[in-house]
Amino acid sequence: MLEHLRALDLTDEKGFLCGKILADLGVNVIKVEPPGGCPSRRRPPFWGNEPDPEKNIYWLTYNTNKKGITLDITSMRGKEIFRRLVKTADFVIESFAPGYLDSLGIGYVNLSKESPHLIWASITPFGQEGPYRDYRYEDIVVMGMSGTLYQTGDADGPPVHMSVPQAPLHAGADAAVGCMVAYYHRVKTGLGQHVDVSMQQSAAWFQANAVPVYELNGVILRRAGAFRAGTSSQVPQRQVWPCKDGYVFFNVIGGRTGAKTLSALTAWMDEEGMATDFLLSMDWDSFDMFKVSAEVMEKISRPVGEFFLRHTRRELLKGAVARGISIGPLFGMKDLLEDECLLARDFWTGLEHPELGGSIIYPRMFIRASLMDCSVRLPAPRIGEHNREIYGELGFSEAEMEKLREEGVI
Amino acid sequence: MEERAGVFNGLKMLAFAWAVVGPLTMKFFADHGATVVRIETVHRPCTMRASAPYKDNKPGINRAGYFAHFNGNILSFALNMNHPKSHEIVRRLVRWCDIFFENYTPGVIERWGLGYEELRKIKPDIIMLRQSGYGSWGPYRNLPAFGMVLGPIAGLPNFIGFPGKEPLPVGVSAYTDCISPRYAAAATIAAIIHRERTGEGQLIDLSQFETAISFILPGILEYQATGKEPERIGNSSPIACPHGVYPCRGDDRWCTIAVTTEEQWQAFCRAIGSPGLVHDGRFSSLENRKRHEEELNRIVSDWTVNRTPEEVMVCLQKAGVPAGICANTADLLADPQLQHRNIYWRLPHPELGEFTHLGQSFMLSRTPAAPYSPSPLLGEHTEMVCTELLGMTDEEFIALMQEGVFE
Repeated sequence: MLEHLRALDLTDEKGFLCGKILADLGVNVIKVEPPGGCPSRRRPPFWGNEPDPEKNIYWLTYNTNKKGITLDITSMRGKEIFRRLVKTADFVIESFAPGYLDSLGIGYVNLSKESPHLIWASITPFGQEGPYRDYRYEDIVVMGMSGTLYQTGDADGPPVHMSVPQAPLHAGADAAVGCMVAYYHRVKTGLGQHVDVSMQQSAAWFQANAVPVYELNGVILRRAGAFRAGTSSQVPQRQVWPCKDGYVFFNVIGGRTGAKTLSALTAWMDEEGMATDFLLSMDWDSFDMFKVSAEVMEKISRPVGEFFLRHTRRELLKGAVARGISIGPLFGMKDLLEDECLLARDFWTGLEHPELGGSIIYPRMFIRASLMDCSVRLPAPRIGEHNREIYGELGFSEAEMEKLREEGVI
Repeated sequence: MEERAGVFNGLKMLAFAWAVVGPLTMKFFADHGATVVRIETVHRPCTMRASAPYKDNKPGINRAGYFAHFNGNILSFALNMNHPKSHEIVRRLVRWCDIFFENYTPGVIERWGLGYEELRKIKPDIIMLRQSGYGSWGPYRNLPAFGMVLGPIAGLPNFIGFPGKEPLPVGVSAYTDCISPRYAAAATIAAIIHRERTGEGQLIDLSQFETAISFILPGILEYQATGKEPERIGNSSPIACPHGVYPCRGDDRWCTIAVTTEEQWQAFCRAIGSPGLVHDGRFSSLENRKRHEEELNRIVSDWTVNRTPEEVMVCLQKAGVPAGICANTADLLADPQLQHRNIYWRLPHPELGEFTHLGQSFMLSRTPAAPYSPSPLLGEHTEMVCTELLGMTDEEFIALMQEGVFE
């Protein structure tokens, strides 16, 4: 669908997902790394625990469907080659510190003059301008400044960070949307533009009801751990529940939204002789979380909690599917790889990785579209894997490429 | 309807979509100038219209802040789908639109005769976008989807919490709701461009469960590499030390600090006024600092606890060490960087007064997103859409209204 387009992806781990989504949509995405490989390749974790830049887990995860070349964009010769490459490109995606590429003379300001059709996405911790633009990044820092950490964790403990970095994913996905909006504009007018993505802003963008709760009630939502914060009720509601072999997530929700689940769950518990008289007497359609007392909540939670403890996650999920009850088992990685629904939808597929001694299972596709094949086709590129192809296309002979290699340009 | 600027000026979306995934997806289009008509009904208002917080704590479908925060720039059209005359109106709306977007539990749209094949009969080049919880087909299609359970089933809590303690959800409720709208928007724009080139419409059909997995995917690869399930590691990191959340002066105030290199470690020691720590053998390398992490965290906390998070951030960032505040909601609204980027739009709302609407998540240099209208009252735009966009006469509109079609 977008196979006629080319993107140069200069990002490190802060921006991989942008190019990944564009590549899934068909854009020819080329990772441009410094000779020796992108510095992010040296950050653990590694496949097989060997600190080998070709075995970096984040690299392998988010760079499928991309090709890869090496280029020292700081050298004179490298800059010249980069300019030639940019002339062949529709998108440039980068995650350098604001102003860095401009200082090399190959930033958006200069290159958009040579190629007015160019769409240029910059993914940085805080954005291209503003008081924090030069602040240093680590995921925990940006997620803290996005508001997410403050709400995550136990009520009596510190804010807690999720150990899979999230800010790069929010920002990368936003950059992909921004690139597509900008491309739509280019189709209409022929003009490119700058897509300025801030990881802090992307992660802060969705904070559920925190802002309206503060604005209307003057209440700052705090951490509630295994409970749920920010609902209408003053009574804490458990949402993480131990079951026979792990945990399930379940929310007591009032009104029509929750009535279906609560009445179906009560009926199921009744089948197994575990519904209390109290539960059976409830009129769930008129159950109002806004008015519920702690005593009533306890009368609901106790038998429900006991029922969950009697069952495994899979039993609960199976029963929930049959009855239309909203229960979410906490799945581990193995559970996901073996999940009935994902398997039935043919979600997982293998990509050959001979150098890792086999194949890696990846999601086949995140976007399912009737006329766009968004499936995973290419494994993440090795360092300089496509130098010959891409530089050959640019008109370099084998001898010239060899010379560039010797000079450390590629 | 007043003219809207923006790159999507003239593009038309019809949405049978709700909760958070609905408006977040619509916003990518509406904030850039598309005409987005959202179908609602008073008989079953969106859960966000029916949940607190309300203005002055008085419930009301037009007084709910959660709804208003996310629905700026969207037009509301009230339609009772159980009324026999609603079907002809939907057909006219389908003929009018470019994109038909829905995110109800699979089956609802089909019961109304609005599946993809039916839509194509009405408008052959239609683009249909679906975003259900677990996919429009497959074994879980009937499972009611809420963000609160989608996060856990996609595995997120495995990565949150302290060793030996229970796994925790991301505290932002329904966190995964912000994931699939981004995939959906990117794919839908690609489909529009394809349609403009070839005249072909298509079906885009996402599962929120599947897109959420993209946010924990390194865990799936690590599991394959090691055979080990993820372990909860609190706020520590295998590649940085100190790395964590530290207490600060004030009520429930916290900061973050992450030292990833030796250079940052030295800068950190100087910044906290303890240059001697650089020569302390316990902390002389990442490996050693990890070994003595508890002691080190105590030293760090002793320094942070008498300072505000802002003081810690400014002091350490000045020294080149990654550090920040743990922003609460009040901090977010006052954040100078977010303000600089105009993430919140203050718009006058007829029932809520001046109210903070969410703006866009990224900035475009030539075609910026813009606030055109506040969150709609339920059915606020029904008459305008009928008469101006569908070309109904006033008589026709009034007759249908009197019959109760627009409720």
